Amino acid sequence: MKKTLSLVLSAILVLALALGAACSPKQPDDGSSPAPQGDSGDKTLYLLNWGDYLDPQVKDEFRKKTGITVKETPVTSNEEMIIKLDTDDCPYDLCIPSDYAVERLIAKGRLAEINFDNIPNISNIDPEFLKLSEVFDPGNKYSVPYTWGVLGILYNVNMVDEEDLGSWDLLWNEKYSGKIFMYNSIRDSMAAALCKLGYDLNTVNEDEINAAADELIKAKPLVRAWLNDDVKDSMVLGTGAAALVYSGDAVWSMDPDEGSDELEFFVPKEGSNVYFDNIVITANSPRKAMAEQFINFLLDGDIATVNTEYLGYSSPNTLVPDLIDEFFLDCSAYNISSEDVARCKIFHDLGDKMSLYEAAWNRIHK
Amino acid sequence: MKRVRLSYPYVFVWMPIFIIAPMLFVLYYAFFRDGQFTLEYARSVVAEGTYLGAFWNSLWIALATTAACLLLGYPVAYILSNMKKRTAALISLLFILPMWMNMLLRTLAWKLLLFDGGVFQQVLSFFGAGKVQLLYTPGAVLLATIYDFLPFMILPIYTTLQKLDRSLVEAAHDLGANSVQTFTKVILPQSIPGVISGITMVFVPAMSTFAVSTMLGGKQVILLGEVIEEKFLSGTDSVLGVGSALSLVLIVLVILSMVIMNRIDKDNSASGGTLW
Repeated sequence: MKKTLSLVLSAILVLALALGAACSPKQPDDGSSPAPQGDSGDKTLYLLNWGDYLDPQVKDEFRKKTGITVKETPVTSNEEMIIKLDTDDCPYDLCIPSDYAVERLIAKGRLAEINFDNIPNISNIDPEFLKLSEVFDPGNKYSVPYTWGVLGILYNVNMVDEEDLGSWDLLWNEKYSGKIFMYNSIRDSMAAALCKLGYDLNTVNEDEINAAADELIKAKPLVRAWLNDDVKDSMVLGTGAAALVYSGDAVWSMDPDEGSDELEFFVPKEGSNVYFDNIVITANSPRKAMAEQFINFLLDGDIATVNTEYLGYSSPNTLVPDLIDEFFLDCSAYNISSEDVARCKIFHDLGDKMSLYEAAWNRIHK
Repeated sequence: MKRVRLSYPYVFVWMPIFIIAPMLFVLYYAFFRDGQFTLEYARSVVAEGTYLGAFWNSLWIALATTAACLLLGYPVAYILSNMKKRTAALISLLFILPMWMNMLLRTLAWKLLLFDGGVFQQVLSFFGAGKVQLLYTPGAVLLATIYDFLPFMILPIYTTLQKLDRSLVEAAHDLGANSVQTFTKVILPQSIPGVISGITMVFVPAMSTFAVSTMLGGKQVILLGEVIEEKFLSGTDSVLGVGSALSLVLIVLVILSMVIMNRIDKDNSASGGTLW
């Protein structure tokens, strides 16, 4: 009996150890381990990416052309990306974090400087965007813009009167009480209120933050619900008159196949948030040359067009507008004017000061 | 002795790793910041009543769910127990059937049913109720929690009623009790253990539920579980502490309700069913 027991116990221990090893960050989550450094026979790149954020067709084309396979691991937030990249034995070669996450990853020394001699297609990227992205990547050394978008208002043309358009006030308009949707996200909802009041959306001034929170408390009785992805569905089904959305989500909602043709999008005149998702190479990647080859491939005009049509997010590539389906060019949420973008600001990583926003959020949703 | 040994892997391996260690982590995060003991998080949970709203919401949703499940579930269990064994088995299977599907999917289904222009709204407006908003209201959250937890009330009550000594019922009739008296004096007291475990199985998970309110509540009714989830997902250290302290509050509440339930159960069995 004792022997059987010890057998069972050791079996369980072995199992627990195996489980522990499987959960350790040494290998990508798909279970296939990258080849050891210096092994030139292996042609696989490991990409840490948002779910469904790269057209599979693009990966196929890349493999056909270069023999390099791109393997993706999906994540759902920038915070998760930062946690996964913030280790010395990080197994990923590439990642697509947003602006403030790039800022934090550079500060942590987790990104590699990109050798742009290997990326001639960088000339396809709109210099305006490269200038904007210097906010989080001074000198454009570590990142290449992948997609961009603006926080704005999606509205139903049959419900909202024309004179009410153009300003953040629409989300505070009592006429549309019970038909307004907000994001269940601290930074985004606060950005709308801060911009409405004319404050900087990166403010760490407590009075300004509190004033913005008071604004959101005023909006609360008018708001039907604070949601995440469901905002899109509610708008497409005609439940909402106006909603706070990211332009990428708005494009999806206005798509003729999946969306509704009653919806339009605008960037409020008081200004808003512009965001970038950017391709970066990790500091310890042993396959840096291959990674640069892949980035160059993504910046190719035809490839970027195919990918953009798949994603629906605005592309910073200057060749895309000439090649892309007309729907996107006519779509107010895809083709955002440079005047609109000029009024927008990029989110900064607020570090410890984020607690001010969290306290305000607690007060709003008591 | 040999049988006791079989429980060793559970007691010495499973429990420490998966039950005791996580509880200790929660305790640690709630009272320590960077290795230093602190009451900061505990204080921020109590101070200014920031989380009082979420606390009351969780409490009343859990109480209302339990009451509704009891009112709906007891008659169902009683009717089932009076049926032929085979029919009862078939019908109770129908109650369990939805549980074969993931709870999140069933909640998603509720979202579609309750949506503006959905089936429920159409039925209500047919009866002249107009366009009532159903989704993103406390009522929607309550409805879905009742639906989710009803089987957990029916099954334990049904099981105790099934084992009920039928000769006692016959004796009651023989001695002249009418059917109402038989129910209140004989059947109900004997089914109390089932009712107690039903209440526990509904109240405790309902108190800590959060996915339902996230999906159907649209932040119009915020539950404690939802606040904790939000704290943990935002990822900064200070919020982790607050989230753990809130979890502790929830754990204490759950333990408290278990203690009360156990006491009622014990009183009941000790005094031989004179509670009613």
